[in-house]
Amino acid sequence: MTVAVVRLHDASMRFGARTLFEHLDLDLEAGEFLAVLGPNGAGKTTLLQILLGLTRLSEGVVEIDGRPPRRGSHDVGYVPQQRAFDRDLPIRGRDLVRFGLDGHRRGLPFGSAATRVRVDAAIRSVGAERYADAPVGLLSGGEQQRLRIAQALIGDPTVLLCDEPLLSLDLSHQQEVSELIDARRRDTGCSVVFVTHEINPILPYVDRVLYLAGGKCAVGAPDEVLTSEGLSALYGTEIDVLNVRGRIIVVGSDDAAPTEPGGHHHHHHDHHGAGSH
Amino acid sequence: MLYLNQPFAQHALIAGALVAISCGLIGPFVVTRGMAFAVHGTSELAFTGAAAGLLIDGNPIGGALVGSLIVAIAIGVLGTRERERDSAIGVILAFGLGVGVLLLGYYHGFSTAATNILFGNIFGVSYNQLGALVAIGVVVMIVMAFAFRPLLFASVDADVATARGVPVRRLGFVFLIVLALTVTAAAQVVGTLLVLSLAITPAAAAQRWSPNPITVTVLSIAFALVAADGGILAGLGSTTIKPSVFVTSISFALYVGSRIVGPRFARRRRRAVPDMRTADMPITDMVAPA
Repeated sequence: MTVAVVRLHDASMRFGARTLFEHLDLDLEAGEFLAVLGPNGAGKTTLLQILLGLTRLSEGVVEIDGRPPRRGSHDVGYVPQQRAFDRDLPIRGRDLVRFGLDGHRRGLPFGSAATRVRVDAAIRSVGAERYADAPVGLLSGGEQQRLRIAQALIGDPTVLLCDEPLLSLDLSHQQEVSELIDARRRDTGCSVVFVTHEINPILPYVDRVLYLAGGKCAVGAPDEVLTSEGLSALYGTEIDVLNVRGRIIVVGSDDAAPTEPGGHHHHHHDHHGAGSH
Repeated sequence: MLYLNQPFAQHALIAGALVAISCGLIGPFVVTRGMAFAVHGTSELAFTGAAAGLLIDGNPIGGALVGSLIVAIAIGVLGTRERERDSAIGVILAFGLGVGVLLLGYYHGFSTAATNILFGNIFGVSYNQLGALVAIGVVVMIVMAFAFRPLLFASVDADVATARGVPVRRLGFVFLIVLALTVTAAAQVVGTLLVLSLAITPAAAAQRWSPNPITVTVLSIAFALVAADGGILAGLGSTTIKPSVFVTSISFALYVGSRIVGPRFARRRRRAVPDMRTADMPITDMVAPA
């Protein structure tokens, strides 16, 4: 029996009187792909903050590789949601990738040959050679997210934490980025914790789902958790889960239930949406 | 040049170079962090501080330093998000300028002292003031040498930098202090009103040439040096025009030139990268409208 990469034991998180989740037990194995789902404010991002060592659990135990999470640890890689950069921001794709290696270290950003080799390898591993020397402000959302993945993986983490990395990407880029994350997880053997509103783009790769809603949580395989009975129990209201041609659609009777991705969200549109024009 | 062996001219050139290096070094961060307005606010309040210093013991540089440091701390405490920060700066700036005008009203010394604060008096730099400028320049360079990489990370991407363990808030605060020091020093050369011409214009010009952060920093320092010492040399040759005018003019000319020539140069460099342009690359249609 190996040590779980991420271990949550009887974990609870509260903000004042509000409970995000309680008595959460989860052992994530090496190479496992976990999707974290739930409505806005259910605690998905807070969970990532806990794993990053930026926030503490109210109660319970959390461990990464058998140790409490530590800020800036190389055991975790972090992929945020895509966002717009200024067009003339003096940062190239390769600078962004390199931040994952030594961005936190003091000093001037002169690199050794060894650093360059590692950055080049990371860029190649996500297929971003073509635009690695272009300013990041000129890249499409999908290209940017490829570089983000390279940045997150360059430190050889054991777990990759993704916070809505598909948000504001168009459909074809959502698929590409999901495929890439899955491929990198298979190559490197790192686990993935993937916070998302919308499970469908990653459904083929997901091993287990953690669903957070209404202060409660459920863990299990997608077809165990994403059922009408299961989600109705979580939300405490009537929820229907439909399976339409391999896509999962959740229909709720009121506003508490999730809708289509981005329905609740205001965010930057993918201005540079490649392929669409 | 007639005056180059005179101490006042040598002091001016050394002071100009020191200030240019500090300004050129922090400029790219000012632009990247969207802090142009913070520079302006800090320098206006350096004016208030200088007026107070003048009134209390005839020492504008000490007063300017205190004034800009107080503002830097206030900005750091009041505003964490950009929009919040800018309105906080506007509030402090307006009040501080009023106080400065009030203080000058009570000052009955030489009337040139007031214009020197606003528009600089580089040829009046004393040996002691030069010492202060050297000290400030050295402190700024040492701090930036340590903070450069994490500060760049934090400026580009605060969320990921936080996740990677960079002390983003603390670095932002350190940068505000460095900014205050630099502004105080730059105000001696070009005056509090024209600090932006050394703290922002060279960096904004440098960004037109390359997306490489190291290249941009080196160019930014070079442009600031050309503007500062070029302006001082030109000022030596003129009896009527203040060197500040030349400094700001050279700085502006470098910016306009960079806007025209820089992007073409950067694009040609990029196109030299093999396989850069392919049919489905969004970058092809992104580059066109400059």
